[in-house]
Amino acid sequence: MPKPKIIIAKLGLDGHDRGAKVIARALAEAGFEVVYTGIRQTPSQVIETAIQEDAKLIGVSILSGSHMELVGELMKIMRERGVNIPVLVGGIIPPEDRDALLKMGVAAVYGPGTPLREIIDIVKKLVGAS
Amino acid sequence: MGNTEKIKEKYDEWVREFLLPTLKKIPEWRKFATLFGIDIKPLYTPLDVRDDYLSTLGFPGEYPFTRGIYPSMYRSRLWTFREYSGFGSPEDTNRRYKFLISQGQTGLSVAFDLPTQLGLDPDHELAYPEVGKVGVSIPEVASMSILFDNIDIRKITTSFTINATAAEILAMYITVAESRGIDKAVLDGTIQNDILKEFIARNLYIYPPLHSMRYTTDIIAYTSKNLPKWHPISISGYHFREAGATAVQELAFTLADAIEYTNWVINRWKMNVDDFASGLSFFFAATTNLFEEVAKFRAARRLYARIMRERFGANKSESMKMKFHVQTSGAALTAQQPEVNIIRTTIQALAAVLGGAQSLHVNAYDEALALPTEKSVKLALRVQQVIAYESGVIDSIDPLGGSYYIEWLTDIIEEETMKIIDYVDRLGGMTKAVEIGYPQRAIAESAYQYQRMVEEGKISIIGVNMFREEREPNIELHRVDPVSRERSIRRVREVRENRDREAWERAIRELRRTADGENENVFPYILNAIRARATIGEVSGVLRDVWGEYRPPSIY
Repeated sequence: MPKPKIIIAKLGLDGHDRGAKVIARALAEAGFEVVYTGIRQTPSQVIETAIQEDAKLIGVSILSGSHMELVGELMKIMRERGVNIPVLVGGIIPPEDRDALLKMGVAAVYGPGTPLREIIDIVKKLVGAS
Repeated sequence: MGNTEKIKEKYDEWVREFLLPTLKKIPEWRKFATLFGIDIKPLYTPLDVRDDYLSTLGFPGEYPFTRGIYPSMYRSRLWTFREYSGFGSPEDTNRRYKFLISQGQTGLSVAFDLPTQLGLDPDHELAYPEVGKVGVSIPEVASMSILFDNIDIRKITTSFTINATAAEILAMYITVAESRGIDKAVLDGTIQNDILKEFIARNLYIYPPLHSMRYTTDIIAYTSKNLPKWHPISISGYHFREAGATAVQELAFTLADAIEYTNWVINRWKMNVDDFASGLSFFFAATTNLFEEVAKFRAARRLYARIMRERFGANKSESMKMKFHVQTSGAALTAQQPEVNIIRTTIQALAAVLGGAQSLHVNAYDEALALPTEKSVKLALRVQQVIAYESGVIDSIDPLGGSYYIEWLTDIIEEETMKIIDYVDRLGGMTKAVEIGYPQRAIAESAYQYQRMVEEGKISIIGVNMFREEREPNIELHRVDPVSRERSIRRVREVRENRDREAWERAIRELRRTADGENENVFPYILNAIRARATIGEVSGVLRDVWGEYRPPSIY
C-alpha cells in the first residue's frame, strides 16, 4: 500500500523553516510520504501542489504574523475549487487568532512547544492512517 | 614531585575514595554533556587547563583577545543596549524608538518587514499580506526620513537588520543624512549584509550566491573608503543557532563565512586585509546554557584573532578584534508560561555580558506569541540595566577567566570549531559549501536531533517537558495597526508620481549597465538610484532582471 502523502508548506515571504523541516522529517519517519514545498509559497501554489500530488493533508507553517490573510486566502481558494483536504496550521499564532483560524475551517492549530507525537497522532487521525 | 603530579595523585585519590563510593550510594540523576555532545566531567582542576597563560589568554585588549577586546572593558564603557524593534509604518516605529531611548536604550536596531527585506514595494501582490508585520515598511527615502524624525543620527548608532537589500537601505540612510546636511563620513552603525547566512539559515535572499557575494562585498569595499566609522557587515551566527545549530556549528559556520568574505574582498578589490577588517563585525545568539555560551564567546574571539593574523597576515590590532552583538535566543522562548521567559533571557543576557559582548538585545517574554508590547520590551531593557548597574558582574574584566571548567570548555569549543572550519576549507570555502547544501543539511540534522532530545526529556524545558500547566497564557499581545499598510502603499505611489522622471531613468539605466558588467562597484549606482527616489522594488527589480533569482533545493 502506498504511503499517504502530506504537503508541508511555508506560506508567504517568511524564511524561518526550522519547524516546517523538523515536522516534515518527523512525519516521514512516522511513515508518511512528505512533500516539503520549500519557502515563499503562495496559497494557490500550495493548493496546486496538493492537487497534483493527491495529498491527504496540508500542513502550513507561518511565523510572520500574516497567517490570517494567507490562510484565509488558502481556505477561500480551496472552497472555490472544491478541494477538500484537512489543513493544519503551525507557527507563532496568538491564541485569539487560533479560534478565528478554526472557524475558517482549519482542522487544528499548533503553537511552539507542541510535542511531535501529538502532531503525528492528529495527522494519523485526519488522514485515516493506522 | 612537581605540583601537577601532586594534584594528579590527590585527584585520583579523591575519585577513588570519595567520589565513586558516593556515586554508588547516590547515582547521578542524569547524563551530563554539552549541547554539542561532549561529556562533562564532575569536576575540573588545573589538570584540565593548558599551562600557557600568555599565549592562550593574555590580557584584555591584547592578542589573542580571549579575555576581551578592550583593555578596560565595561569599567570604561558599557555595552550598547540595543533592542531590535520595528513594525507597521515608520511613524509607529519612530514612536517606539523615542520611547525606548527615553527608557535608557543607547542604540537603535531596525527590524524591517519582509517585503523591504526582499526588495518588494508594499503594493506588490506578494508583499501585501506582510506589509509592516514583522518589521517596519521602508520602501523609499521619505519613509527612512520619518523613521529617524527628531533622532540625531550623528550621535546614535543604528543597526539595520537587512541583507539582500542592504545596499538600498544604507543608500537611503546616507541620502537622509545628506538631506540634513550631515557628512556621510560621520555615520556610525551597522548593516547586517551577510548573505551567506541567508542562504544557510534565514532564507531572505534574492539573487544567486555568486552575484549576492559581489553585492555584499562591493558594499564593504565602498564603505571602507567612504564611511570609515561604518560596519558594512555583521557576520551572523545567530540565525544558524535559531535554525537549530549547536554552539560549535554556530561558531564554525560564522568564522567560515568571515573567511569567505575576507577572501572575496581581497581578491575582488585587491585590498589589504588591514584596509577593511576593522569594519567587520559579528552577531551571535545566547541560549540559556550559561557556561557553554560564555566559553563560546571567548573561543570566538581567540579563533578570529588567530585566523586574521595567521591566515590573512593582518598586522593591525584592530583587524584582529572580534566585535560582536548578541541577541538572546528567540527559539528558546516558550509560548507556555511566557513569564518564565524573563528568567531565561536574564541568564542568556548574563552569558553575553560575561562573554564580553559590545552590544546586546534581550528578547521580550511575549515573543513566542507576537511582537513585543511597550511593557514587555521595557522589561527586556530593564534586564540589561539590572545586569549592568546592580549585579556587579561588570566590576572585573572576564570574571570567569581562569575557571578550570570555563577554560576547558573554551578550549574544547575551539578544537571542535576548527574541525568544521577545516572541512569547509576542503570543500573550497563557504560559497561552494552553500551551493552543495552542506551547512543547511548539518543544521537541519542538529535541529531534528535537538527536538528528539526535548521529546525524550534529555533536554529540560520548563513548561514544555517539565512542570507543564494546562492553562492558556493570558497576556496582552501587540497588534500591528492595519492602517499602517495603506499609509505605506499611498506613500510609495506618491513618490513614484512626484519625482524627477529624467534623473530617475538615467540612474536606473546606469545601474543596469553596471550590474551587467563585472568590474565596477555596484554600490555607488544603487546610491544614485536611491537619491533619484527609486524605490526598493525598482532597484532590486533591476538587479533581479540582470542577475536572476535563486531557487534553492528544499532540504529537510
